[in-house]
Amino acid sequence: MMSIRSTTALTIAGLAGLGLLTACGGDSDSDEGASGKVSITVASDAGLTPEAISSYDQQIATFRKKYPNIEVKREEYTWTGPTFAAKLAGGTLPDVFTLPFTDGRTLIARRQVADISDEISKLPYANSFNPNVVAAGKSDDGSVELVPIAAYGQALHYNRALFEEAGLDPDKPPTTWAEIRSAADQIAEKTGQAGYAVMTKGNTGGWILSTEAYAMGGRMTQANGDEQKATVDNAGAKEALRLVQDMRWQDDSMGSNFGYDWNGINQAFAAGKIGMFVTGGGTYDNLVSQNEIKPDDYGLTVLPLEGADAGVLGGGTLAAVSVKADDAEKAAAVKWIDFFYMQKLITQEGAVRDAQNRQTDKQPVGTPQLPVFDQATEQKRLEWIKSYVDVPLEQMTNYTSAAFQQPLVPEPPVATQDLYAALDPVVQKVLTDRNANVDELLSQANSEVQNVLDRG
Amino acid sequence: MIDRPVVPATARKVPARKVRGNGLATVVFLLPMLVAFGVFSWFPIGRALVMSVQQTNLVTPATFVGVDNYVYVLHDPDLWTAIRNTGYFAGLALVFGYPIPLLLAVLMSEVRRWRGVYTALAYLPVVVPPVVAVLLWKFFYDGGPTGVFNTVLGWIGLGPYPWLNSSSLAMPSLVLEATWAAAGGTVIIYLAALTAVPPELYDAAEVDGASIRQKVWHVTLPQLRGVLLVTMILQLIGTAQVFLEPYLFTGGGPSKATLTLLLLVYDYAFGSSLSGDFGAATALSVMLAVVLALLSALYYRLTRSWSQS
Repeated sequence: MMSIRSTTALTIAGLAGLGLLTACGGDSDSDEGASGKVSITVASDAGLTPEAISSYDQQIATFRKKYPNIEVKREEYTWTGPTFAAKLAGGTLPDVFTLPFTDGRTLIARRQVADISDEISKLPYANSFNPNVVAAGKSDDGSVELVPIAAYGQALHYNRALFEEAGLDPDKPPTTWAEIRSAADQIAEKTGQAGYAVMTKGNTGGWILSTEAYAMGGRMTQANGDEQKATVDNAGAKEALRLVQDMRWQDDSMGSNFGYDWNGINQAFAAGKIGMFVTGGGTYDNLVSQNEIKPDDYGLTVLPLEGADAGVLGGGTLAAVSVKADDAEKAAAVKWIDFFYMQKLITQEGAVRDAQNRQTDKQPVGTPQLPVFDQATEQKRLEWIKSYVDVPLEQMTNYTSAAFQQPLVPEPPVATQDLYAALDPVVQKVLTDRNANVDELLSQANSEVQNVLDRG
Repeated sequence: MIDRPVVPATARKVPARKVRGNGLATVVFLLPMLVAFGVFSWFPIGRALVMSVQQTNLVTPATFVGVDNYVYVLHDPDLWTAIRNTGYFAGLALVFGYPIPLLLAVLMSEVRRWRGVYTALAYLPVVVPPVVAVLLWKFFYDGGPTGVFNTVLGWIGLGPYPWLNSSSLAMPSLVLEATWAAAGGTVIIYLAALTAVPPELYDAAEVDGASIRQKVWHVTLPQLRGVLLVTMILQLIGTAQVFLEPYLFTGGGPSKATLTLLLLVYDYAFGSSLSGDFGAATALSVMLAVVLALLSALYYRLTRSWSQS
């Protein structure tokens, strides 16, 4: 017979054993061995083809030849809002990962990414970044803590086949918001498809409304000393919402789906269900690789800018290092960022290697993007990869001829996602309720955003 | 007055001694289960309680904030929207979703031929993975005139209806799909319970000249009341925690018309890619758990006498 004491002892022993197991399973603080070797994990896109994985591994091998003391392990990672939040909270991000401009400054302020400003400052091009682009990776004191690796401005994407079917000239896309409205109306009437559509879910409704507001001269927040003031009820936002409201309820030119997120709208656009929509200028890559759009149907042009202070909302991708990385890992991580993400922007060898890898992975080569450094550097890159370019650039000339002259305005700097989230229901309401009051909705959203900004 | 049966002292002691006699074996067999529950259930519950009084992003050190998270959640206007919406979903599910499986089970139990086929058909939606089912229904709910439901309704001159794009239609649309998806499981439970109803009760009712409706009302329902009570409380708890349908169909929209409590918890925690407010998320989860526990206890007390009568 076993006594209560023995039972208790056994239970404690069991739990102690469990604790020991847990302790054994933990990571050591640093992967740097006595030999001076350091090991880092780096993000590679999820779902790569075997050929793409092989070309990625080749890049790792090339890197290791240059830095024999740095062990690089590939780890599947693709940024999506909810999975990023979970990985960030769970501490399971790779040592080197990427994220959108939207989150950069808040992550820095919350100390959720490693401060690699010292390592970045040693890079030869540290002071040559496009100031509008690098702003997304800067801390409040002005040091660059995240590396911008790609940049884009929002743009108007349109379906050339639907334009033709509707009797519109696909080589002369709309250049004013009024023209967008009338083109949408014509497309809806002649083709039965949505002439113009907007995203509304997962914070994208706020993102696109902000884009439209910027293009009509509005700004969603205003710096007031150290504090941020919510201004989502600005005149640009009101004008943008009223335009959408008119297109929805007067013209009935926005189709029947008002629950699009980023993936959903890309899918519908590639399937020929949408005439025009607004999203990042570099989305063609995704439309091809994920949604198999017919390249002949694709058209890209700049957003019309109307009103004083109108600008194009900019975005892009930042490379970051896990907050768990120690000094040796941070140094190794920045070397990888330089090798993997930056060399293709500034050296012929890197640019050509990237173009070849993209073709191996059946990814488009030559999709227009905004210069991370300056226009001259970007032009050089385009020259180096000229023979590999396979995107229909002639269908994007309305964008490429004007995009680089448009004023690029960064996203709202603080609580950006929360701001967008507060605007999603506003856009949804306007699209689903004929009697929605734009002024009232924006005023309520402004109070909500101000609360978020005050909460910090 | 003695209100419970008298049990001899020896009889009461025997089981306890048996357990002690097999203590080692009991503990050894229990240990894996205890560890599994400890790690995957009790520890997270305890951790959630702690997090509900902290401000944390799970990266930087947490700070104790007392009841601030609870106060924040209670002052969030979205909470009351979510409570209203969840109540509306639960109410609709109770009015429409609760009687339908019972009706189906009763009808199927009356069928003499092909009962297996009907049972399989009723259970089929349960076998369809929920995400696939939602994608399928999204297709049905297409708001254009060419959508499946709108096409069918168009044949009789109705519609087109905006379904998921309408603040007033979105929630009933979710309930309809949820009822379709879950009814099969409940039908099986009712069918099993119906087989336990003594046939002589129906025979006696028939001799007394009872109609089918009277047999159902006076024989079937009273005989099933135990099962009915259990399925009702399970449905109430399930609908109070509805997440999948609003998350996949509408994301809480349009304009928060389908924002439910669990979706709000999710939004607090993961709505922002920046690791949102885990304190608020856990505080709302704790409040929901407490309310559901109280509701269950109250329900049990209120219905105890009925289920025992």
